[in-house]
Amino acid sequence: MRRHLPVALFVALLASGPLWLPEFGVTLLNYIGLYAMVALGLVLLTGVGGMTSFGQAAFVGLGAYTTAYLTTAHELSPWLTLVIGWIITGGFALLLGAITLRLSGHFLPLGTLAWGISLYFLFGNLDDLGGHTGLTGIPPLSLGSLELKSGESLYFLIWLIVLAFVLVTRNLLDSRTGRAIRALKGGVVMAESMGVNTTRVKMVVFLIAALMAATSGWLYAHLQRFVNPTPFALNMGIEYLFMAVVGGVAHVWGAIVGAGLITVLKQWLQDLLPQLLGSDGNFEIIVFGLLMIFMLQRARDGIWPLVLKLFHGLGAAPRARVLPEAEPLERRPARKAGEVLLDARQVTRRFGGLVANKDMSLSVAAGEILALIGPNGAGKSTFFNQISGVDTPTSGEISFLGERVDGAESRRIARAGMSRTFQHVRLLPTMTVRENVALGAHLRGHGGYLAAALRLERNEEARLLREAQRALERVGLADYADQPAGSLALGQQRILEIARALCADPCLLLLDEPAAGLRYLEKQALAELLKSLKGEGLGILLVEHDMDFVMGLADRVVVMEFGEKIAEGLPAEIQTNPAVIEAYLGGVE
Amino acid sequence: MDLQILLLLGQDGLTNGAIYALLALALVLVFAVTRVIFIPQGEFVAYGALTLAALQAGKVPATIWLAVALGAVVFVIDAAIALRARAWRRLPGLAALTLGVPLAVAALIHGLDAATLALPLQILLALAVVAPLGPLIYRLAFQPLASAPVLVLLIVSVATHMTLMGLGLVFFGAEGFRTPAFSDGSLELGPATLQYQSLWIVGVSLVLIVALYLFFGRTLTGKALRATAMNRTGARLMGISTTLAGKLSFFVAALMGAFSGVLVSPVTTLYYDSGFLIGLKGFVGAIIGGLISYPVAALGAVLVGLLESFSSFYASSFKEVIVFTLIIPVLLWRSLTTRHVEEEE
Repeated sequence: MRRHLPVALFVALLASGPLWLPEFGVTLLNYIGLYAMVALGLVLLTGVGGMTSFGQAAFVGLGAYTTAYLTTAHELSPWLTLVIGWIITGGFALLLGAITLRLSGHFLPLGTLAWGISLYFLFGNLDDLGGHTGLTGIPPLSLGSLELKSGESLYFLIWLIVLAFVLVTRNLLDSRTGRAIRALKGGVVMAESMGVNTTRVKMVVFLIAALMAATSGWLYAHLQRFVNPTPFALNMGIEYLFMAVVGGVAHVWGAIVGAGLITVLKQWLQDLLPQLLGSDGNFEIIVFGLLMIFMLQRARDGIWPLVLKLFHGLGAAPRARVLPEAEPLERRPARKAGEVLLDARQVTRRFGGLVANKDMSLSVAAGEILALIGPNGAGKSTFFNQISGVDTPTSGEISFLGERVDGAESRRIARAGMSRTFQHVRLLPTMTVRENVALGAHLRGHGGYLAAALRLERNEEARLLREAQRALERVGLADYADQPAGSLALGQQRILEIARALCADPCLLLLDEPAAGLRYLEKQALAELLKSLKGEGLGILLVEHDMDFVMGLADRVVVMEFGEKIAEGLPAEIQTNPAVIEAYLGGVE
Repeated sequence: MDLQILLLLGQDGLTNGAIYALLALALVLVFAVTRVIFIPQGEFVAYGALTLAALQAGKVPATIWLAVALGAVVFVIDAAIALRARAWRRLPGLAALTLGVPLAVAALIHGLDAATLALPLQILLALAVVAPLGPLIYRLAFQPLASAPVLVLLIVSVATHMTLMGLGLVFFGAEGFRTPAFSDGSLELGPATLQYQSLWIVGVSLVLIVALYLFFGRTLTGKALRATAMNRTGARLMGISTTLAGKLSFFVAALMGAFSGVLVSPVTTLYYDSGFLIGLKGFVGAIIGGLISYPVAALGAVLVGLLESFSSFYASSFKEVIVFTLIIPVLLWRSLTTRHVEEEE
């Protein structure tokens, strides 16, 4: 209960605001609320999703102009124009997203920069939209017979929507889809290997941010009762980003703090600077710019985390989460021992003139541990990438469960039942250990964005978290479930990746150097785990350097050197194979 | 449209395109070496032109005080670092670069009656004021973040742009300026009338592009910059200072930006904030080249110039809309030709 106290206090203060605030204060809070909606979208987009946009002001403008035009020229109901505004904004966001989100990260902000400028000039030059003078005579919002004419009456609506957005965003982030959004920051390769359709997730996040901005614009138009292009220009788009970054771009409440701070600061600077400098102009941008540079250099996480620290980790300390009871998730039908799972034939991968893999063939059966060994640079990880769909072979065939998968997207392969770990650990360090593991079960859940936002998928979520907990118990990390993953030792992080892979209920497990960085006892525990998984009918393909570990564990061993297979056989045969000894120890000159 | 207008628009487009090409090249350079998407480029354009205008009006351009102030800040920070490391020997060189250069230029401006100088000398003086701002800004805003993600650098870049634009308003006021042409008059060539200033712009741009080409292809410093662009860690292992490379690329970019401003101000009236749009058009060109390819970026920039001039004829109020919407088909084409999902660093 104590946890909810600050929020309750904040809501109570807000609700009673008009009673004790001067009119000017209410007006200011109205604007802060409108800006906070936009900044909140940016928190989701930039802080959580790792993308950014300078064009949010243009989305605000679309929302505002849609309602302004339709309610004045066509006398439509404002509630209808809100929906139309969403549709139009959504359409533009999808278009922009479709062309930029597949490109590397800086093309989205550049695209939004250009779009922000275009739309501003478009608003200013369309006669139907009133040109640079804008549109006047926008009707007030009304609820039944109640007209929301004054700023004070809109105050409650604005802040109700802000709080609703905050709640919905928090719900969304604490769910299966939320984990997928947060996984974007861990890199596309990892997220896709867990079955996340990253392009789609990025698109949805961009869309949500745009719709929040459009809602703000709609409210703005009915608060001001007139619109012109100025508040939707690029510099406002940049200011929204400033708000999010200053407040704390990874925190939902940071959006409100940032919007409040920048708005008040701007008000103050606009009074102060012209007096100091003796002329009028947007001098506050100098201070904002400097503040921004300073924040990004010294406190990139923004103000909100500092506030949290000040109040001694309100809600920040990792607390053990009590998981509700839940049924186990459905499992894949088990494979019969000996059934061939993976069959790679003549796989070749060239990078220009370099042949990283040449005619590599191997197969893995259910209930078998196959070790792939070889000196550094032999091409083992490249081969792993061919199998798991991260890379496409130049030639050759790979089939998994009888289906061709060479060149297939890694999330399709993941769905078919292949799950992997990475040589260089790819975790989300700020997410808890359990949430990281639950990401592995992404494809075993179905809850969508809306269900998550409205908490309609709690039953499934409980099952997913239970599954994650079971995977953690299995690998022996259950005690750390509520710690941030980044706080684990490297060896434990590797084990965590195994738990994440197991959480997908795979039939084939690809492990890239799982024992590196483990202590002797931990290695023994890992070997025990892998043996018991094998006993359950899993196939395991393992790249490893630790010979004691490999030879004691593997059923068969494949040795690679210079991208080619030089030997294959039982561990005992491999240990006496002259070609292998030469590869590892060097031949006699 | 008759031939006359076609030629006129073509000339106009090529002239602007040449300027955009210079800016596009500087942007590609800065991005390649430092991973900074150099939004403040436009401010250097405006600063260059307005500094020259101030000099010609017999005033001391306030930009020189910015250079002196930034130099002093950098000196204090770097001297403190040097002192902590007991590297006394670094101090004289540091003082000469950060304090000496801006103060010397300030002294020159005070000593000489800049308004009476010949145009080339005025231009040199204006460049000497503005170009040092590049490395100073790199040192203060970007160097502490050299290993940050592109996204953070981009936000800092935008913040720097805002600061410099605001300062531009403080320095030069809201009114616009034009500087006299390098040489007045025009050349009749059959049906075409070529303005001398346009010839200057295209000619000087070409010379600069060739000079850059030689610099990168033939000099050790240029090669070091290219090495940094290709692989920062590798370059550092070869003893190339990435910090120095960053400052150098910012210097070149600031110089090219300021020079573009000087070139363009006889044809267009420039205000403190006009640089931004000019710089962004260079950007559209650079994006056509994917921020990687120099020749494609330059060609893209010329295309932007032509598109701009023709759209200003057909739909003048939608000129900017058309130019900035060009980026959409370009990005679409890039998106369709990019085969796989790129991995962020």
